[in-house]
Amino acid sequence: MSHFALDISLTVNGERVSERVEARKMLVDFLREDLGLTGSHVGCEHGVCGACTVRVNGEIVRGCLMLAVQCDGATVETIEGLSDSGELADLQLAFEQRNALQCGYCTPGMLTAAQDLLKRGGVPSRDAIREHLSGNYCRCTGYHAIVDAVEAVAQARAGGKP
Amino acid sequence: MKITDDSPPVLTALDRPNSYIGRSVPRPNLQRLTQGRGQYVSDVTLPRMAHVAFVRSPHAHARIKSIAADMAKKSPGVIAVVTGVELAKVMTPWVGVLTHLKGLKSAPQHPIAVDVACWQGEAVCAVVARTRAEAEDGCELVEIKYEELPAVTDPETALDAKTPVIHAALGDNLCFERKLDVGAVDKAFAESDAVVETTFMFGRHTGVTTEPRAVVADWNPSEQRMTVYQGTQAPHMMQNLFAKHLNLAEHQVRVLTKDVGGSFGIKVHTYADEMATVALSKLLKRPVKFVADRIESFVTDIHARDHRIKAKIGVSKDGTITAFEIDDLTGIGPYSVYPRTSGIEANQIVNLTGGPYTCPNYRAQAKVVFQNKNVMCQYRAVGHPIAVAVTEGLVELAAAKIGMDPLEFRRRNLIADDAYPTQSAAGLKFEKLSHHEALAHLDSMMNYAGLRAEQKALRAKGIHRGIGFASFIEVTNPSAAFYGVGGARITSQDGATVKLDAQGALIIHSGVTEQGQGAEAVLAQCVASSFGVSINKVRVVTGDTDNTPYGGGTWASRAAGIGGEAAWQAGKALRGNVLAVAGAMLQAKPDDLDIRNGIVVDKASGTERLGLDELARVAYFRPDTLPPGFQAELMATRHYVPRAWPFAFTNGIQASYLEVDTDTGFVKLLKHWCVEDCGTIINPQLVDEQIRGGVVQGIGAALFEHCRYDERGQMLNGNMADYLVPMAVEMPDIDCGHVVSPTADSELGAKGAGEAGTAGAPACVMNAINDALRPLGAQPLTDMPFTPDKILRALGKV
Repeated sequence: MSHFALDISLTVNGERVSERVEARKMLVDFLREDLGLTGSHVGCEHGVCGACTVRVNGEIVRGCLMLAVQCDGATVETIEGLSDSGELADLQLAFEQRNALQCGYCTPGMLTAAQDLLKRGGVPSRDAIREHLSGNYCRCTGYHAIVDAVEAVAQARAGGKP
Repeated sequence: MKITDDSPPVLTALDRPNSYIGRSVPRPNLQRLTQGRGQYVSDVTLPRMAHVAFVRSPHAHARIKSIAADMAKKSPGVIAVVTGVELAKVMTPWVGVLTHLKGLKSAPQHPIAVDVACWQGEAVCAVVARTRAEAEDGCELVEIKYEELPAVTDPETALDAKTPVIHAALGDNLCFERKLDVGAVDKAFAESDAVVETTFMFGRHTGVTTEPRAVVADWNPSEQRMTVYQGTQAPHMMQNLFAKHLNLAEHQVRVLTKDVGGSFGIKVHTYADEMATVALSKLLKRPVKFVADRIESFVTDIHARDHRIKAKIGVSKDGTITAFEIDDLTGIGPYSVYPRTSGIEANQIVNLTGGPYTCPNYRAQAKVVFQNKNVMCQYRAVGHPIAVAVTEGLVELAAAKIGMDPLEFRRRNLIADDAYPTQSAAGLKFEKLSHHEALAHLDSMMNYAGLRAEQKALRAKGIHRGIGFASFIEVTNPSAAFYGVGGARITSQDGATVKLDAQGALIIHSGVTEQGQGAEAVLAQCVASSFGVSINKVRVVTGDTDNTPYGGGTWASRAAGIGGEAAWQAGKALRGNVLAVAGAMLQAKPDDLDIRNGIVVDKASGTERLGLDELARVAYFRPDTLPPGFQAELMATRHYVPRAWPFAFTNGIQASYLEVDTDTGFVKLLKHWCVEDCGTIINPQLVDEQIRGGVVQGIGAALFEHCRYDERGQMLNGNMADYLVPMAVEMPDIDCGHVVSPTADSELGAKGAGEAGTAGAPACVMNAINDALRPLGAQPLTDMPFTPDKILRALGKV
């Protein structure tokens, strides 16, 4: 039954999308292969590393743990859409200025997960930032710079120092 | 700082208006990565591209009796099913040896196993299909009959007479052996006041790049050219190897490397499945893509660090180290990895152990043996984490034994800062190191005395904290001494070409590659500074063997020190060429002119004379207006290779402060410090981030990361849920400090910084754990990774 396919319609980054997809296809593979949205990355393929983190109906999910067919009728946002809308602009700038990324492979998922924390408002402690981002693995930075960048944006959004 | 003064006495090279040396300039190309618009090889798709998946051996050692592919060939979407025997007609096998590692031997390795599979995970058959999913469907339908052979897994018995020999033609399972005996070791031990002897164990671990290895190979029969998109650290090295084993000329192969999702030494080797993908493209005359999945990564990405080291140190009552002795044994899998070999890590351990200290008596032996596990080879900081952990572990055990403070013990033994140039007992040549200044800097940065007081106060409340240190030396900027002299076509030189475009901006082409460390920023800084232009007018191109100068790529902390120097020199050369054009246009002596902020000025007065856009316009579109016989040369290339020293050694010291929960065995890292001397610092932020990232990979080795195998050679934890890597919540903040001792080998004076963190972190975490547990009577922990169960065992609680 590996080639059993279904028609799905969903909204991806504000655009209506209707496609026939194999029932077994993961959301992240659908985004990357069918829609060409290669900003969502495949790291561990079983929900551990967070490189495929995307937003579905406002909640962050692992694109490697959700089937594309489960997204019929859903609203999906990826790093491309979150960049174009400007929602992440200050966070992206902080990552760039603080060098909170090296190879950049974890970065789209890391930014999406960090924004999920920042959306709750307030200025989380460094420990709380570390806790929240622990489902997103980074092998390059050692995390210190990422925590700095997220903390700086939290402070700036709360009206504190940039 | 030793930047040559370009235009005295008006401005020094560092004071020039566009001096970016020593400034934390953000990397120029980060937006494409933060916006998810990078181009990793796993993102590449080409017309008619097929995907390959491999059927891999489930056995550590097995004879391949038969491969039945009929069912797989009928599977939807399958284009071809190819065995090792079939692919051997397309690609020749390789042997991973270097002539300067005397006696090192290995067996021919094929892209897909022929007759015998030698480790669990070795590719045995390839299935090519329209999609990866269909290729995997096909793999499930390939029927392979194996005859399981005895697996050699334990290095301790690999050389025993009754242990089967993996490659009969080699005669035994010994890959490489080295012995070294310097000074009077036995006499020194006999005269020591105290001798400490222990065995250190280092668990196999691996790089776990977040993007797995990926390659897209595109053979175009009409052009007779192979284009390979590959996430690699060394495009020119791979160009040579693809050509050699496909019987092509190098100019028939182009290797393109854009964004790479982490490398750390994992992506600088020849992988059988990547070679197979390239061969399959040649065979099938169409693009073929291979991206390792995570399970494939764990059983085929090179592993490293699986060493058992018996070690011994002698000391006198006054704290003088009298002798070091080590006996290293390591199992490297069934093949020495091509072309860098799997003898280098053990060789480095012999070279580096005891390296920071004045002790003249040193004996070492190392044995590298074959076994039926995944291959081992060079991973970030090759050999250093082990040599440093052995040396620094012994140092702190010895200090404890004679009741001396560990920092004071080091002060009495580290090579004096005014002793250079000098060399170590093992013969390593040091141009200029700064152990004592680094130690003093660390002492004050961490408030050592204050921490000791806090530790003591908390101890009284039943809270067990530890402080551990690790002094280290680090190989960077390698000359041809590393690989070239051993016959490998791995270049130690590197080149940079700088071109003035028609609007007065600069484009650099460099042979080093960007792996996320910020090489492109460093290259831009060097050229903008030496040429005299704002950095936003500089564009960097790397990772294309058709269009960059021949270079070694990124490994052994060479990109900034070697690639940066070539770029610096190329910028200077182009500046001379541009001033010659300006002189012709302005009827001035080029020596009286300068370039500042992209404008040609009078050197003495700073008066603006000519914009580069106007200069470029005339040179490119109205050369008829230039003096007769004058030809503008607006592209300049320079190469650089270290010649005065085999390696530019760096040094430093790290410290770890942590708390051990003696009920659960969990370690809470509280803080980490590193003071490092990488010579001239081109970009302080990038250096610090290299150190921090490296420290965390070293911490991973100390506490979490371990490729666990059973006695039959089956990897037990080959996925990211079971193989633990550091997570944000477990990691401490890391403070960095610097001492600056530039190398005189280059004008920039920069040494490498990419591996220092990884070199020292495991040792100081180990020492900190032992410092925390020592008053509790625990046996010293020397078996990495230090998991909670080992800590509880050391405490006698389980």
